Amino acid sequence: MNYERESADPKRSMWAAALVGVGVMAGVDEIIFHQVLSWHHFYDGSTTEIGLLSDGLLHAAELISIVAGFFMLLDLKRSRTLVKARAWAGFFLALGGFQLFDGFIDHKVLRLHQIRYVNNLLPYDIAWNLGGLILLLIGFYLLRRAKNMESKEVAF
Amino acid sequence: MQHHSQHSLPGSSISEWIPLLVIGGVALAYVYAFTHTRKQKGTWNGWHTVSFMCGICLLGVAMLPKLMQWAHQDLRGHMVQHLLIGMFAPLFLVLGAPITLALKALPTKLARNVTAILRSRMFYLVSHPITAFILNIGGMYLLYLTPLYLRSLTNPYLHYAIHLHFLLAGYLFVWSMVGLDPVPKRPSILLRVLVLFVSIAAHAFLSKFMYAYLYPLNSPYSSIEIREAAKLMYYWGDLSELLLTIALFSLWYQKRGLRKGEVVRPVP
Repeated sequence: MNYERESADPKRSMWAAALVGVGVMAGVDEIIFHQVLSWHHFYDGSTTEIGLLSDGLLHAAELISIVAGFFMLLDLKRSRTLVKARAWAGFFLALGGFQLFDGFIDHKVLRLHQIRYVNNLLPYDIAWNLGGLILLLIGFYLLRRAKNMESKEVAF
Repeated sequence: MQHHSQHSLPGSSISEWIPLLVIGGVALAYVYAFTHTRKQKGTWNGWHTVSFMCGICLLGVAMLPKLMQWAHQDLRGHMVQHLLIGMFAPLFLVLGAPITLALKALPTKLARNVTAILRSRMFYLVSHPITAFILNIGGMYLLYLTPLYLRSLTNPYLHYAIHLHFLLAGYLFVWSMVGLDPVPKRPSILLRVLVLFVSIAAHAFLSKFMYAYLYPLNSPYSSIEIREAAKLMYYWGDLSELLLTIALFSLWYQKRGLRKGEVVRPVP
């Protein structure tokens, strides 16, 4: 049987999965580093009021983005416009991008909290940001592959 | 914990059961309307009923005399009660669509009056997400950051008024987000998501602020107790907001499906 098929939507697929990626990374951070390892603190005495406010805004953005992304993916799947390769690329780009954002902006610029409260923080910072970079590179690799696949499809 | 307040809730008098009786009455009215309309039209999704009863149970737990006593002496108890009354119960009550049910069950003349209210400009303004947000979150900021909380400890009427405010403002806020009852026009989903975003951020900020600076100030509670209460507010508030966000986006998903006509399309 033939069903009317809408054209695929690579951009939206990528954005939807990226929203989920941001939320997942934030969730991993929250669950593993706050709850399981308790390396991070709920609040460390030095955080300013502006820091608390930006923390709240970031938290709200994460919570909404994971739900929004999830329902956008569902919607794309329902209308059969989901491009899976693009979605995976978006997911990994967001994982890596958020990890680096957290590592540089939250930890270093805003100084919301540190990864762990030890004397020599450098190895932790390097591992954290290197991890982010690797995830980001995986995302770029997946994106290139997805684009190659798309151009081949057009060629046929 | 020291006995800090002038008035104590009377030990086992009837008055402390009054809120529970009222809640029970509402539940009975709902069940009556539900059984009544089923026979008539049979167009009622059973999940509304389940949701409403969940909301009633949560509200009932929050109003148990034992919990009331705990909430009166301990900020953590107060926070549990506040979360149940102002955040969790309203979500389930709104998804129970009691106003829609009332419209079906009420005599035509009364139902028309209710519809007229729902259609009025006044109702639109009051139930607008921004108004509801100010009433809901604004109320919390007022309670915890001003001496209002301390005064509510010594004034039982104020105490009950605050609970009632939390319930009504919480209901209004959830309704402005995911209310199912028929109204002529509603603010766009995008606006609702934006207001929800600000609301989640404001709630997270308030609880961390209370944690950091030990609000409510000059309260009879230890800093440990205040911090634990603030953490309860942060994490459990989060869960209720997550549920509300899921409800809002599933509404968006349903509407989008209806618009595109995807629902009727067969699955290959």
